[in-house]
Amino acid sequence: MDQEKPKEEFYAKHRGSADVTLFVLVCILTVFGLVMLYSTSAYNGYVKFQDAGYYFKKQLFATSLGIAAMVFISHMDYRLLKRLAVPAYLLSLILSSLVLVIGKEYNGSKRWLALGPLSFQPSEFAKIAVILFLAWLVEREGKRIYRMRSLIKIMLFLMPVVGLVGTNNLSTAIIILGIGFLLIFVSSPKYMPFLFMGAAGVGFIAVFLSLESYRLERIAIWRNPENYEKGYQTLQGLYAIGSGGIFGKGLGGSMQKLGFVPEAQNDMIFSIICEELGLAGALLLILMFLLLIWRFMVIAMHAEDLFGALIAAGIMGHISIQVLLNIAVVTNSIPNTGITLPFVSYGGTSVCFLLAEMGLALSVSSRTKL
Amino acid sequence: MKKNKTWNRRKILITFLLILCMMIGLCARLVYLMVFDAGYYAEKAQELHERERDIKAARGRIIDAAGKVLADNRSVCTISVIHSQIKEPEKIISMLCRELDMDEETVRKKVEKVSLRELVKSNVDKGTGDRIRAENYAGVKVDEDYRRYYPMGSLASKVLGFTGSDNQGIIGLEVTYEEYLKGTPGQILTLTDARGVEIENAAEGRIDPVDGLDLYISLDSNIQMYAGQAAGKVMEEKQADRVSVLLMNPQNGEILAMVNVPEFDLNDPFTLPEGTDTEGLTEQERQDLLNQMWRNGCINDTYEPGSTFKIITASAGLEEKVVSLDDSFYCPGYKIVEDRRIRCHKTAGHGAETFVQGTMNSCNPVFIEVGLRLGVDNMYKYFQQFGLLEKTGVDLPGEAGTIMHRKENIGQVELATVSFGQSFQITPLQLAATVSSLINGGMRVTPHFGVEIRSRDGDLVKKLDDGTKGRIVSEETSATVRGILEKVVSEGTGKNACIEGYSIGGKTATSQTLPRSAHKYISSFIGFAPAQDPQILGLVIIYNPQGIYYGGTIAAPVLKEIFDNILPYLGIEKETVQSFTY
Repeated sequence: MDQEKPKEEFYAKHRGSADVTLFVLVCILTVFGLVMLYSTSAYNGYVKFQDAGYYFKKQLFATSLGIAAMVFISHMDYRLLKRLAVPAYLLSLILSSLVLVIGKEYNGSKRWLALGPLSFQPSEFAKIAVILFLAWLVEREGKRIYRMRSLIKIMLFLMPVVGLVGTNNLSTAIIILGIGFLLIFVSSPKYMPFLFMGAAGVGFIAVFLSLESYRLERIAIWRNPENYEKGYQTLQGLYAIGSGGIFGKGLGGSMQKLGFVPEAQNDMIFSIICEELGLAGALLLILMFLLLIWRFMVIAMHAEDLFGALIAAGIMGHISIQVLLNIAVVTNSIPNTGITLPFVSYGGTSVCFLLAEMGLALSVSSRTKL
Repeated sequence: MKKNKTWNRRKILITFLLILCMMIGLCARLVYLMVFDAGYYAEKAQELHERERDIKAARGRIIDAAGKVLADNRSVCTISVIHSQIKEPEKIISMLCRELDMDEETVRKKVEKVSLRELVKSNVDKGTGDRIRAENYAGVKVDEDYRRYYPMGSLASKVLGFTGSDNQGIIGLEVTYEEYLKGTPGQILTLTDARGVEIENAAEGRIDPVDGLDLYISLDSNIQMYAGQAAGKVMEEKQADRVSVLLMNPQNGEILAMVNVPEFDLNDPFTLPEGTDTEGLTEQERQDLLNQMWRNGCINDTYEPGSTFKIITASAGLEEKVVSLDDSFYCPGYKIVEDRRIRCHKTAGHGAETFVQGTMNSCNPVFIEVGLRLGVDNMYKYFQQFGLLEKTGVDLPGEAGTIMHRKENIGQVELATVSFGQSFQITPLQLAATVSSLINGGMRVTPHFGVEIRSRDGDLVKKLDDGTKGRIVSEETSATVRGILEKVVSEGTGKNACIEGYSIGGKTATSQTLPRSAHKYISSFIGFAPAQDPQILGLVIIYNPQGIYYGGTIAAPVLKEIFDNILPYLGIEKETVQSFTY
């Protein structure tokens, strides 16, 4: 590609001016997430482990690791990561395969790799690896990206990890697929193929759903959660949301977290936020996420190089998809699927890699003139 | 290095705008859920969280005429363990073994059983419960509760009745006065978590229980106790199956004592009498035996009254004026009715006698003659008029009705046997109530126990109706009957009931139970005092006595003994006995 010299200049010019707004937003969301997690998980922690702080302490530990990773990565030149893109992708493939063989089961899903006392969820790592890998791949394709073949080739590169992750974690596979689709859309100058792909995607989903009756059952549950035993979680979430009203019952005042919403600290945590902080709190949280996403957009638009822009866009896609799908599920706007709310839901691997991802975005921002 | 091109930027912006639209959509959805649907979901959630817990109301007491409490409540405790909350199982096991006096294996099994809540022991007395609570072990629950308690044990067991585990009356007065006694349970409205565990300090409302009202009855425990002892004594002496004693005020129908020996322990009503072979009994057979034990012979069973019924025939005859006191009769020892030869108990015959003498002799042919003079229509009319065809209306459950011939089936022979108290059946209480009404001046009384309903503090809530029904016989006839019955005791078959200084009226009876071939007898005596102003009427019935079975010989002395003791107790003064002349 280009010569060495302008690169050095560029590096010197933008050194150290990281996006403070983004950093503050991440800090607020992290603290807010920890507070809500403690409020929500205290009961379950006490009932299951006789320790109200059980989940909180584990989350706090993962958050500390994540903050360290965020600070470290934000001070690093993200372009150095180009060299790590392929190894990271390969590593995620290996880990995703490994989890199928020696994974630890929890709640009926094999999603965790045990590392001594800690456990690790390879699918969370796969998201960040995919973002890096695709950014690298698109940049390597150069002008060939104009061609349809190239787009399909990139899509095909993505399939192994989607397949592996999707074997036991369909929701994460959907997120990865979404991130991939978004990155290809951003890198290509065309519009029409993506409209067709969107249409094809809708068609595919329709066929996919109608092939297996249990998937159609999901739709039926979605329409009338009252009438199905499996609609219990959704219904309990709605009860929590409805109980909140405008200003909520106050922090810690949720009744539904007392075992009514199963595992309230996981996917359904947003419903408890609605119950405790009301519509006002819920809208404020959504606003925070929107601001965060807006910052990613700003960083992506201002990035000097495509690699940086695609990393920021990928992160934007990742956070957006999870927030949108999570809130849509909790409000029963779409059929139930297990997706966590970034920064808030319980999950050590998730928060750790999310913060690392934030470090990556900060790194891009600090080498960009905003 | 590849540049971030304009189209890249535009596409990033488009993506962001799409995301923004979807976010706004979700916000709209949220507003809809939390503003417009909020009421519906919040209400559903509330239903899910709220639990109503009953607080038991203390059951009202039963208090006798002497002011003694016959049925009370005692605080008892229920001890249970909650497995998930137990922290020191070994200490708990040894503590429960020690306090509850249970063997370790049983306690260990309950403590170590994985269940939501395991009952260890119920009906533990309050002192023990308080000690266990004071030990303060996590996972050990002590719940206080009321339990019915009968301070006098078996006294008037078949009258008072008892309550079941739900504190509801099963037999006796406990059933009749359930509505007053039971009270209204209170409620606590609390919030619970999904496991149903109550959340502390979340009680949203409390409705206090309203304690039950106290029932004041006419039964006097002193009289009941004395009558019970007398009945028990004669039952043992005569090796009888059972003995019933009934004492009532003939003026208003208040029952002072109702004894049915053997009685049973009200504090342990589900244990069959000692010596009962419970081996190999089915549940049904066991229940039948229990029901047998709980039966109140005075009201649940009927019998052929025999000669005591002659009081009723005499009253009907006198009222209808088919007979007068001086009418002459002749008893050859039998009377032929149609083709039957009906014998008198004195086979040699009483010879010539007046109606008064015939009554004193308890002569069957005299009463057959009176019955035949009355005729079927009149006999039936007086049965009805005297209230014999209805139940007495006593305030106890399960009263048996009269078993009588249908009017169209009564021939001369049936009429003759009915006249001296055979071939039909009534309850002992029916006899006592009818005779009471005939001698009290002629007003039909309703036998009863309940007098008043008072609150726990003693405030009168309700005076119970004594149920007097109106005239059944003229005052004149009533006085005449009293006079004849006084003679029965002073000079006739009832002289064993004579008490120096008291004028007593009465009538004996000895009836044979069916089948006649079994040679089983029922000896009875009905008496009242003072003869001209009856304040108390008593009926003694001895079922299947061994040896001598004549009512005048074995039943009359029992009532004499009871009267001897309770007349002074009731404040009935001795008088100089006047002899009546007719």
